[in-house]
Amino acid sequence: MAAKASRAAFGEALLDLGARDERIVTLDADLSKSTMTVHFAKKYPQRAFNLGIAESNMIGIGAGLALTGRIPFACSFACFIVGRFETIRISVAYTNANLKLVGTHSGIAIGEDGYSQMGLEDIACIRSLPNIGIVQPADEIETKQAIAYAVEHQGPLYLRLTRQNLEPVCPPDYHFQYGRWLVLRRGHDVSLIASGGTVFNCVEAAKRLEADGISAEVINAACIKPLDEELLVQSAGKTGHVVTVEDHAVVGGLGGAVAELLADVLPTPIKRLGVHGFGESGDPKGLYAKHGLDPAGIAASVKKFLHR
Amino acid sequence: MAEVRLASIARECRVQILRMLAHAGSGHPGGSLSVIDILTTLYFGRLRYDAKRPDWPERDRVVLSKGHAVPALYAVLAKAGYFPEKQLITLRKLGSPLQGHPDRTALPGIEAATGSLGQGLSISLGLALGLKLAGLKSRVYCVLGDGEIQEGQVWEAAMSGPKLGQPEHALDNLVVILDYNKIQLDNFVKKVLDVEPVSAKWQSFGWPVIEIDGHDIGQISKALDQAEATPGGPTFIVAHTVKGKGVSFMENDPEWHGKAPKPAEAIKAIREVLGITEGAWDDYLKTDSSTLEIVNELSALEKK
Repeated sequence: MAAKASRAAFGEALLDLGARDERIVTLDADLSKSTMTVHFAKKYPQRAFNLGIAESNMIGIGAGLALTGRIPFACSFACFIVGRFETIRISVAYTNANLKLVGTHSGIAIGEDGYSQMGLEDIACIRSLPNIGIVQPADEIETKQAIAYAVEHQGPLYLRLTRQNLEPVCPPDYHFQYGRWLVLRRGHDVSLIASGGTVFNCVEAAKRLEADGISAEVINAACIKPLDEELLVQSAGKTGHVVTVEDHAVVGGLGGAVAELLADVLPTPIKRLGVHGFGESGDPKGLYAKHGLDPAGIAASVKKFLHR
Repeated sequence: MAEVRLASIARECRVQILRMLAHAGSGHPGGSLSVIDILTTLYFGRLRYDAKRPDWPERDRVVLSKGHAVPALYAVLAKAGYFPEKQLITLRKLGSPLQGHPDRTALPGIEAATGSLGQGLSISLGLALGLKLAGLKSRVYCVLGDGEIQEGQVWEAAMSGPKLGQPEHALDNLVVILDYNKIQLDNFVKKVLDVEPVSAKWQSFGWPVIEIDGHDIGQISKALDQAEATPGGPTFIVAHTVKGKGVSFMENDPEWHGKAPKPAEAIKAIREVLGITEGAWDDYLKTDSSTLEIVNELSALEKK
């Protein structure tokens, strides 16, 4: 299977699901060519609504549509979705509207467009709201399954997608389960917990670490809210060292969620890798290297963390 | 006559608003009293609903976007049978479904959480569009505050409303009513951030606009008829109202935006709402046992 952006897999999944379920509608704020709902809009023009560059109104309309039994996907860049936090807080979360918020172009991996277009605080903000779940798939298979799941899920969800292509990481027989994580590689020295665009790099980092005699367990944490507490505790208990790796601000994201949970139930040494400060323009590979999110950077951080 | 009946219900609702706010010790009387004639006309002269089946898909929807006026909505919902009137005095108390601002998940009959201003019109557009897509004839009524329309999201929705769903799902099932009481929390609207020319603004965004006296039930009904007969999109009604309407010491005073009456003040306000002079009050109470009960309850509260 070739590498594919999760936004592209999302666009394809919607086309299939839209044929089977009349209730699905898409909402966009003049970014449908980027969020990839453009394909759905072409095939089902009656069920696709481009609301212009007005994201708050888009999210509110989505909440209203959901309250009448439609299943709306309200889509924009992750930063512009979470930028309308107050509307998400009241019209979606508190109202408990069955709306699916889709934030594409997450992280520094969008590269050249620079910080203002990078979703870097979306998980931190949305994670603080009751009722909304957060899912970040790591490859095409997982994205398509997560989108299919989102249609069935009762209640608001936030789906965090990438602009960049993602290498396949999940097995062909993979079955997405809400609130469950997947062990991609077993190990006993350290638990590498990643999500979305950093999962593949963790697999690669684990191979490097193995060559240096370090056995890393790699976990794909597709579901960021709720966390897979059972798997987290089991893995952290086994390895005694946890490293989280994400293309999101190092504050409040997956790493923050994991640290909070472990602090409560199983205090474990933890190292959080993520984006420090604002992002900036640049090539995605260079940006990942700068922030230590490439395989070499992840491996180096793990060794330092383990004093090896 | 229908208008006499509606006016009588509105009076009873005003009494309940004052009663529940005095019990709560906080809340927003001014905007509740300005909007109550509108809500009364909707719930008892217009809407299709079944209080026993609050989730009935074919019901009409009301979104009180100016959520701080929710005491008015609670008074109307209780009168409509969604919950017992005695529950009104749990307003704002710990564990009550009658939250200080509307909570959809807590109380059947509330269509959306509001009170964070500027969001209700977008939700209403979504409701109206969703009902059209589902092929239902239900209608949506959105009530905005005048201070509220200073919020930017309102104007995103204003720009969107007349175009949304066109042509086959045009939102002719949506009516937006502005409770134009001219006062917001800090001061008079024109002193904080003037919203004039309000009708011209909405017209320029493509909305047919009807201006009425928002305390004249005949005018409210007629405007709702006119809106229903207007094809091709939603209608905007500018309802000129008086903040604190019916209570002399509350009317047109920004101080009463967000201050609850003390029990003795509530009793005086109830007397005024019912149109009884001070001299005739004791004799009147002998003829109105339900009001007497409320007055006794408030007197007891005063002594606490």
